[in-house]
Amino acid sequence: METGEYKGVMVFLEHRKGKLRNASIQLIGEGRRLADILKQELSGALLGKDVENLTGEAIQFGCDKVHYIEHDLLENYAPRPYAKALAELVQKRRPDALLFGATMNGREVAGRLHAYTHTGLAADCTAFDITEDGYLEMIRPAFGGKSLAHIICKKTKPQMASARPNVFPAPDKDPARKGEILKETVQLTQEDVDTRCLEVVEHEDEANMLSKSEIVVSGGYGLKKKENFVLLEELAELLHGVVGASRKTVDIGWFPRERQIGQTGKTVRPRLYFAIGISGAIQHLAGMERSEKIVAINADPTASIFEVADYGIVGNLFDVIPEMIRQLKAMKSSQSSS
Amino acid sequence: MEDGQEARPPNQGLKIVVCIKQVPKGEQLEIDPVKKTLRREGVESEMNPADKNAVEMALGFKDEHGGEVIALSMGSRSFERSLRMAIGMGADRAVLLSDRALAGSDTTPTSYALAGTISLLGKIDLILCGEETSDSSTGHVGPGIAGHLEIPQITYVTEAKVENDKIIAKRQVEFGFETWETTFPALLTVKFGCNRPREPTLSRKIKAKRGNVIQTWSAKDAGLDESKLGLNGSPTIVSTIDTVELPSRKGELFSGNLGKNVSDLISRLVRDGFIRG
Ligand SMILES: Cc1cc2nc3c(=O)[nH]c(=O)nc-3n(C[C@H](O)[C@H](O)[C@H](O)COP(=O)(O)OP(=O)(O)OC[C@H]3O[C@@H](n4cnc5c(N)ncnc54)[C@H](O)[C@@H]3O)c2cc1C
Ligand SMILES: Nc1ncnc2c1ncn2[C@@H]1O[C@H](COP(=O)(O)O)[C@@H](O)[C@H]1O
Repeated sequence: METGEYKGVMVFLEHRKGKLRNASIQLIGEGRRLADILKQELSGALLGKDVENLTGEAIQFGCDKVHYIEHDLLENYAPRPYAKALAELVQKRRPDALLFGATMNGREVAGRLHAYTHTGLAADCTAFDITEDGYLEMIRPAFGGKSLAHIICKKTKPQMASARPNVFPAPDKDPARKGEILKETVQLTQEDVDTRCLEVVEHEDEANMLSKSEIVVSGGYGLKKKENFVLLEELAELLHGVVGASRKTVDIGWFPRERQIGQTGKTVRPRLYFAIGISGAIQHLAGMERSEKIVAINADPTASIFEVADYGIVGNLFDVIPEMIRQLKAMKSSQSSS
Repeated sequence: MEDGQEARPPNQGLKIVVCIKQVPKGEQLEIDPVKKTLRREGVESEMNPADKNAVEMALGFKDEHGGEVIALSMGSRSFERSLRMAIGMGADRAVLLSDRALAGSDTTPTSYALAGTISLLGKIDLILCGEETSDSSTGHVGPGIAGHLEIPQITYVTEAKVENDKIIAKRQVEFGFETWETTFPALLTVKFGCNRPREPTLSRKIKAKRGNVIQTWSAKDAGLDESKLGLNGSPTIVSTIDTVELPSRKGELFSGNLGKNVSDLISRLVRDGFIRG
């Protein structure tokens, strides 16, 4: 394969309900940084039916160029037509690197695309760099997060990767930024739309609350039963935080899936994270270790959560949490009376 | 599978392939606290956790609709262990694609090789994969196989059923759930933990020990182009692996009496500006 002519960084722009998804906005920020190091252009790939109105926003966040494809068969997201359209765009525009948000859709469409393009694809990266000889260094947790693998793709282009959501900060919008907007065409047939979404049940507000909140109060299996989560709710309310959960509690139905934090749940980076009755399995740490401050409350002094905690209390959470609630309430009432 | 879009003949049961990888046991992978390297000696391996859920989903389909479940794995001879486990659970037979030429494959050749092998297994109705493996956790192999075979894919599936000639699958996404519909043949990737995988039974374990239930194929048997396999056929290389340096935290542990521990913690949170004191 002729690789010399591939140039620029391209990001796949996901959108939902007429807005760019957060993961894509964050990706523009990181893509911009990489394109600047390479002294190349950052472009966006935007697919859908009526998406032209989103091109301006992508430029304001940092793209130099937006390639947009409008097609009736792309009206609703589906993996095959999206992967096919991207394959065609890649062939035509030849980006050096192509980045996806590691959302469920981003990952499945990239996974399908790499079969079409037969190029390298690194999943769920948490950092990127450029090597001295100008290749994209894709850095991702390996072995369940216990080590970091640095992956390089020298043989084929584009170099493809997905980036874990909420790891890279969202860039600011610059309303004065100008860029180039290019309408692209692709060949798709009805047969390409081989899956159809019949229904969406959303818990979006909850999910958003979790990633936006500055304080997250998470509970684990140490809570012993579902009913005890009210303790966390009460603490979270006093602290103006929201409640999250470990996977174990979600799997047994104590808490809704959308609140799960970790490798297969949400990644959060609040200013303050409480891990209460959570052992600190590596898959859980993957979703919260970037919090600014971490507080661990656990009965077991050897629990691995203490290794990442800034503050820890070794103790029975059924004593510690009610005591915290009591002291916080006492503080509040003394403030309001003074 | 060029003729894949035609309607499935009714009442014939489902022919299902489940893709299984053998992985190091998660909880045994530890970082050596002194050497700061991954301790891998003596680590046992097991069937990838999500693949067990995929086997269970396949067996559930077979229980309801009849048919055949074939377990497929690509890897070293030792991967037979996981294939025997799948047969012990209820799979009818297994194919192990094992060849030196495959060593060092990343997801690009892996998807290609598994797709090629599946296309030699006859007319398949369903291919089930796990959502991701616990060792490489990419989730790219399933969609890669679907791409090579040009068949529909639905990923991160928690529940699925067959209605006439359609598959209806519930898919978990960041903001909730989606219900998708597609036609046969199709590939689904199955969420870890979405069902309770059945235990292998004694009689099935005995069956698994007998000859002929596991066929071992070489790359040539599967008609694969060797230049697309293994390290040479892998576009990516791992340049370095380093131990995760968790952000170093001072880690103040409060271990006095209850009331004092809590007030110490609260005073730190006030100092850091999280609570107004
Ligand atoms: C592929 C895969 C993906 C995964 N993804 C995720 C993920 O995204 N997120 C996630 O969280 N997990 C994930 N896991 C699961 C993970 O490995 C752990 O099993 C899980 O995080 C453990 O949850 P836990 O800490 O609540 O429970 P446990 O590990 O059981 O810990 C409970 C803790 O509570 C403490 N405790 C008990 N009683 C008390 C008490 N009275 N007072 C104080 N402390 C008490 C115990 O000392 C213990 O440390 C995944 C696993 C796999 C295989
Ligand atoms: N070597 C392999 N042999 C068989 N199936 C595999 C192999 N590697 C991956 N898979 C399948 O693809 C899924 C996703 O794997 P991965 O893309 O590696 O995270 C797994 O859950 C398996 O179902």
